[in-house]
Amino acid sequence: MAARSTSAASADVPVAGTSLWKDAFRRLRRNRLAVFGFVVVCIIVLASAVGPFIIEHTTGFTYDYIPTDPALVTSLPPFTAPDGSFSWVHPMGTDDAGRDILARVLLGGRISLMVGVISTLVSLVIGLAVGATAGYVGGKVDEAIMRAVDVLYSIPYMMVVIVLLAFFGGRSPIGQLVLLFVALGAVSWLTMARIVRGQVMSLKAQEFVLAARATGVPASKIILRHLVPNALGPVVVYATLTIPSVMLLESFLSFLGLGVQAPLASWGSLAADGIQNLAVFPWQLICPGLTMAVTLFSLNFLGDGLRDALDPQMRKG
Amino acid sequence: MGRFILRRLIVIGPMLLVVVSLTWGLIRLAPGNFYSGEKKLPAAIEKNIREKYGLDKPWYVQYGRMLANTVRGDFGESLKYPGTSVNSILAATLPVSATLGVLAYLLALVVGVTAGTIAALRQNSTADYASMAAAMLGISMPNFVLGPTLVLLFALTWYWLPPARWEGFSTHLILPVLTLSAVYMAYIARLTRSGMLEVLRSNYIRTARAKGLSEREVVVRHALRGGLLPVVSFSGPALAFLISGTVVVERIFALPGLGNYFINANLNRDEPLIIGIVAFMSIAVLVFNLIVDVAYAFFDPRIRY
Repeated sequence: MAARSTSAASADVPVAGTSLWKDAFRRLRRNRLAVFGFVVVCIIVLASAVGPFIIEHTTGFTYDYIPTDPALVTSLPPFTAPDGSFSWVHPMGTDDAGRDILARVLLGGRISLMVGVISTLVSLVIGLAVGATAGYVGGKVDEAIMRAVDVLYSIPYMMVVIVLLAFFGGRSPIGQLVLLFVALGAVSWLTMARIVRGQVMSLKAQEFVLAARATGVPASKIILRHLVPNALGPVVVYATLTIPSVMLLESFLSFLGLGVQAPLASWGSLAADGIQNLAVFPWQLICPGLTMAVTLFSLNFLGDGLRDALDPQMRKG
Repeated sequence: MGRFILRRLIVIGPMLLVVVSLTWGLIRLAPGNFYSGEKKLPAAIEKNIREKYGLDKPWYVQYGRMLANTVRGDFGESLKYPGTSVNSILAATLPVSATLGVLAYLLALVVGVTAGTIAALRQNSTADYASMAAAMLGISMPNFVLGPTLVLLFALTWYWLPPARWEGFSTHLILPVLTLSAVYMAYIARLTRSGMLEVLRSNYIRTARAKGLSEREVVVRHALRGGLLPVVSFSGPALAFLISGTVVVERIFALPGLGNYFINANLNRDEPLIIGIVAFMSIAVLVFNLIVDVAYAFFDPRIRY
């Protein structure tokens, strides 16, 4: 938001021939906070992707490695060796079982980010399909779908997720994870459907849709080829902001012990473990918690910046 | 206006039944039931219990009974806590959740609207950037990180405030209310800022300034009414959600609220309790949304029903 003044100045010199996306990208680049968010997100994605390998090769720790020496099965503070001196081996310390917290936080990052992206994609697909159908067909179908969406809004998402997890309940941790992706996506498409519907309703009244219909293009093709691409701007913005909110949702579930199951870990389940020892070993909560907060902070700034860039009208100020 | 409210009130009944039916269907579709827990009951005992709760009847009889219970507002006995009615559980936990929720909301409203208004009035100033960065932090900071951090500082390091437990209306409420309201504070501040920025540029504000009103009067009497509309529509679902219990904060601070019971009821497949809590939640959502729509007409006199 600090870059608002500079990006506002850029809006009044429209360059002939630039596309919406090119223009948006230019505006995004001038928004320092959004760029900062983007860089931090990239660092965290990269660290989660390759970090575990690096740690394993340099120190031999993996997310579920428990030291064989019983003297090491204890929680060490960050940057501390077992004898109390400074050491680089555990930058985030270790947990009760002597496992390296950094390795666990990075694994948690993999899972949390994956949940964020995949569940958002699931919600995007459902939201686009439902919203575009309701908006394009209109009339009674629209009425029925939007009433159904209203009703679904008032069913607590927590219950739906729990029931979905129980209904298809895979016993393997990976199966549970896949289920979690789908379940979280399945409860977060409602607002997406509303946004798409609104977009499609305003678009379908325009001439190019009438022209397409006059030349005999079938409805499904009109939706996919003409309406959806044109409605994409607000959808992309909302999807970017859905990622952190889904990650938050997942962390709540994992915090309550309903989401990611041991031996895997997500930031929520790590925080839940850490909270048990808050008074004695605060770093067990603070390290994963802070990593998560920084990630969400950056993702939110990036999403906000994207909204300002893609939709100059929505930018207040 | 009266007719509008009446019509909306009438719709609440059928909507409630639809939500309850969907919930019931979801519970029944999921494999397993209350008795499929870790401890396997002898067949004869399970049969007796099923008879006692009417679970041996065909599904449509059970469904009908559940609907009738909902209409009467008496959800029967909890399966998990035998001899305890769902209504008495609701009566015991609701005051906790409602106290917490309403206090958190009021705090969020006061701080959020003040910060948002100042940010909008001094757009692009340091105060604007600082409050919006703080708001972003509030949105990005998970409850379960903020809460324990506050506990660590205020209760375990400085010993200023009690760390947990429900002691009625006391200092024990301060940390949970702060934790709970942070996110809402942040959202309200952002909504207020963008709403006010839009309104402050509108013609009726220029008119108000032109006729010589003091800046204070322009803001308080005119701009806030229009600028707070987004906050009003945000408040309905937010309040409904807040008073129906927020399990994470309840767990962190060991509070006997509705949220914890709801999660446990789901895990235990305690059907009457689930239905009771869902019914309460949906009534809360529907009623608060109605109040929001009515409040809209007060905030924006152009809106007519």
